[in-house]
Amino acid sequence: MNYIAAIGLEVHVQLKTRSKMFCACPNAYGAPPNTHTCPTCLGLPGALPAMNEEALRMTVLTGLMLDCDIADVSKFDRKNYFYPDLAKNYQISQYDAPLCTNGRVPLHDVAYPQDAQTAIATSGKTVNLVRIHLEEDVAKSFHFETTTGIDFNRAGTPLMEIVSQPEIASPDEAFAYLTSLKQILICGGISDADMEKGQLRCDCNVSVRAATQAELGAKVEIKNMNSISGVRRALRFEIERQIALLESGATIQQETRGWNDDAGETFLMRSKESAHDYRYFPDPDLLPIATHALLADVRARVPELPAAKRMRFVEQYGVSGYDAGVLTHDLAVAAYFERAAEHSPKPKSVANWILNDLQSALSAAGISVGDCPIPPEALEELVGLIDAGRISGKQAKEVFAEMFETSRPAGVIVKERGLEQVSDVAAIEALCDNAIAANPKPAADYRAGNAASLNFLTGQVMKLSKGKANPQIVTEILTRKLKE
Amino acid sequence: MTAAELPALTISELQPLLRGGAVSPGEVVDALQSRISEIEPQIDAYIALDFEAAKHEANAADLSLPLGGIPIAVKDIISVAGQRCTCASRSLSNYIAPYDATLIRKLKAAGAIPLGRTNMDEFAMGSSTENSSVKITLNPWDKSRVPGGSSGGSAAAVAAGAAFGALGTDTGGSIRQPAAFCGIVGLKPSYGRVSRFGVVAFASSLDQAGPLTKTTRDAALLMNAIAGVDPQDSTSLPEPVPDYTQLLGREIRGIRIGLPKEYTTDGIDPQVKAAVDAAVTQLQALGAEISELSLPHTEYAVAVYYVLATAEASANLARFDGVRYGHRTEGVANLVEHYERTRAEGFGAEVKRRIILGTYVLSSGYYDAFYLRAQKVRELIRRDFVEAFKKVDLLISPTSPVPAFKIGERTADPLQMYLADIFTIAANLAGICAISLPCGFATSESGTQLPVGLQLLASSLDEARLLQVAHAFEQSTDWHQRRPPL
Repeated sequence: MNYIAAIGLEVHVQLKTRSKMFCACPNAYGAPPNTHTCPTCLGLPGALPAMNEEALRMTVLTGLMLDCDIADVSKFDRKNYFYPDLAKNYQISQYDAPLCTNGRVPLHDVAYPQDAQTAIATSGKTVNLVRIHLEEDVAKSFHFETTTGIDFNRAGTPLMEIVSQPEIASPDEAFAYLTSLKQILICGGISDADMEKGQLRCDCNVSVRAATQAELGAKVEIKNMNSISGVRRALRFEIERQIALLESGATIQQETRGWNDDAGETFLMRSKESAHDYRYFPDPDLLPIATHALLADVRARVPELPAAKRMRFVEQYGVSGYDAGVLTHDLAVAAYFERAAEHSPKPKSVANWILNDLQSALSAAGISVGDCPIPPEALEELVGLIDAGRISGKQAKEVFAEMFETSRPAGVIVKERGLEQVSDVAAIEALCDNAIAANPKPAADYRAGNAASLNFLTGQVMKLSKGKANPQIVTEILTRKLKE
Repeated sequence: MTAAELPALTISELQPLLRGGAVSPGEVVDALQSRISEIEPQIDAYIALDFEAAKHEANAADLSLPLGGIPIAVKDIISVAGQRCTCASRSLSNYIAPYDATLIRKLKAAGAIPLGRTNMDEFAMGSSTENSSVKITLNPWDKSRVPGGSSGGSAAAVAAGAAFGALGTDTGGSIRQPAAFCGIVGLKPSYGRVSRFGVVAFASSLDQAGPLTKTTRDAALLMNAIAGVDPQDSTSLPEPVPDYTQLLGREIRGIRIGLPKEYTTDGIDPQVKAAVDAAVTQLQALGAEISELSLPHTEYAVAVYYVLATAEASANLARFDGVRYGHRTEGVANLVEHYERTRAEGFGAEVKRRIILGTYVLSSGYYDAFYLRAQKVRELIRRDFVEAFKKVDLLISPTSPVPAFKIGERTADPLQMYLADIFTIAANLAGICAISLPCGFATSESGTQLPVGLQLLASSLDEARLLQVAHAFEQSTDWHQRRPPL
């Protein structure tokens, strides 16, 4: 029996605003507990929320980047439930008039896990979205031996929820979806989207059904993944678990499961509870939002998206589609490439250096391109030296290594090491004459048709030049002279 | 003028004495303290009083400011930094506000001194101040009767000369009805005119803070200080604040006043009706043009109010869970028990009744039939007033169908209590402004004189005209000069 999976993702994204969503407290991570608080985010009696417009703009910007419909009028609602991390015991969220609806996330090949890139089932797929809404984050609980402490620094920070249709068909696609989404969020300056820091949190809804069955199977929600690869592993496990259950003739229960990354398995958190009644109603403390006032401003902020950047790199710099994908995968790498390639006559070579030597040096050193010891202009200079024939490819590798080590410019290193190739024809001609005169036999052999003798003579010239002569020019001159 | 006579003065009578140096702000606080110590045992208007702090502020008072050195009593639902703000509830009996409400900040900036926390129905839920968890406040005119509510402490204190003026809040009549019961002036500003930031929320879309004073001029003076837009209250209105004393003293000839026929119901006490009829005649004599008109959706106002106000309250009061502040139960086994016991112990019966009502009307399956429908009818009620104010400048009615009732008389029947607000609730639903001022007296069975309140209503942001007409009426009568027999 064949089974198919349907996966829908609910992604929570912390917005990179300066202040919280409804008060002036800083929206910052890592401060001592309860130092970024005020009457509003502590839910003190009488305190009221006042909208952070930048959070609205960022959500609308995300909607525009993801091709969503932006609501003309949106509003905030109260979601009522009791929990100690929720100061007011209601969360200000959006129920039936979210800022954005529909929209889509394009999955591109480079966004798939590396080990899956050669076998992408549906290349060029896009995943449709249900909605994007804005809400306030809750506080953070810390469980001690006998007590629980609550840090309200996070309480009231802006949180955006992006809900996909259950159109994701595999763990690999889920991985590609999250990677692509993350890339777009970073591109728009919405969030740093680091899952390990909780800036991006993902709940998965997954169901499995027989390929012959039209309607979706019972939905299982998985929580607690703290990396994109963790999401992939959790989904793999869960799909196999559900298939095994179906195979054994059992039925799948609607439930919520947690992911234990160390054990590599999901575990039951709670089975289908009696549906929670959140008693949503419009928050009377906040006025409805007319988005047209924001839209012109936000439209001007829509950046070049990764997909468009990829296409432009192919056209403008002549790099391959695949290389463009890798270059634009990380916005910082793309920016580095553009700065290095902008004025270079050999943008493809620049791309190769970045994709090979630079990337592996960076990963070996464990640093990001943002902290790269070689500025993009310096890489451009290095490529220029090779292109002008002033150093050989082999020498360039040595120079690159030292540049990476010392951050010094290529020209200085070449000079210091005396690496510069001699391309002065007159000087090389003199050396060639010397070599031919000192080695009459190989010269004669060559003239007699032994082509290999030319290599010997080239070697002699290189030796005389202490390796600095441009070997291509040496060969040319020797060939000409021996034919005279 | 002796010190003992000071507390009987109005704010506008006290101002020249302070500015001219005839009395010092410290002497004013002292005089008020001795008046309060005499009166308070008789009426129980205050929950808390800190004369030391007030004297400290009095000594530093800036008399060049509009309200420099004037002590103002504050309903126990409005946050003043460093003072208890209990909302007359056990759930907040130990809560000290760490910040000033915006209107308190503005009042202080105008030079006034917040002095005393006045009693109220718990979380402003009630019409008699009997729902206070602290004490029952007595009506200064008849101590067997209630002062009205929920701002009963503020109204009783002002009427008894135990405050020069006071702040209250009005969600369905909680300023106007106690003002009427106690024979003083109470103004409910238009929704959004006074910032709600720092005013503990009962029903966010209906709550407004406002003044309770001895005269209309004093109400205008307090409004000048507290009105205005506040970036911390998104529902506050951005329109500039006029000088509310500007139109006082101008004649009202030609002003059109409407008499809603729905407000002449059978349930009105005959003595109240007689006083209001006389007031209408008086206004006519002053040149106002009186006409009858209709507010066709009036009969639904109380029902709509008790759906919307309780729905909002059920969420607003959720935060009182003992986790961060306020009453917290002890010795519980788990979180659910913590919530259940903390809140069961913290809230009184009326508050619980309304939380349960509000939770019910928002519940899945009932939302459309109750909350959504109530919102629609609220809009119809609002439109009634928009239409009415196309024809007339003001509307007139009794503030309450009855004068102050006996303590305990209505506590057994919540619905009877709710109907006491029948003439005041619509103004909150429509977001318009309204004022209650004294227009006569009713004589009780025992022979006591019970004040009757006249309500005038005007369209949103039309407070200046409302005060103009109220002032003209007030100045042509002497009702506002009567003092209770204490």
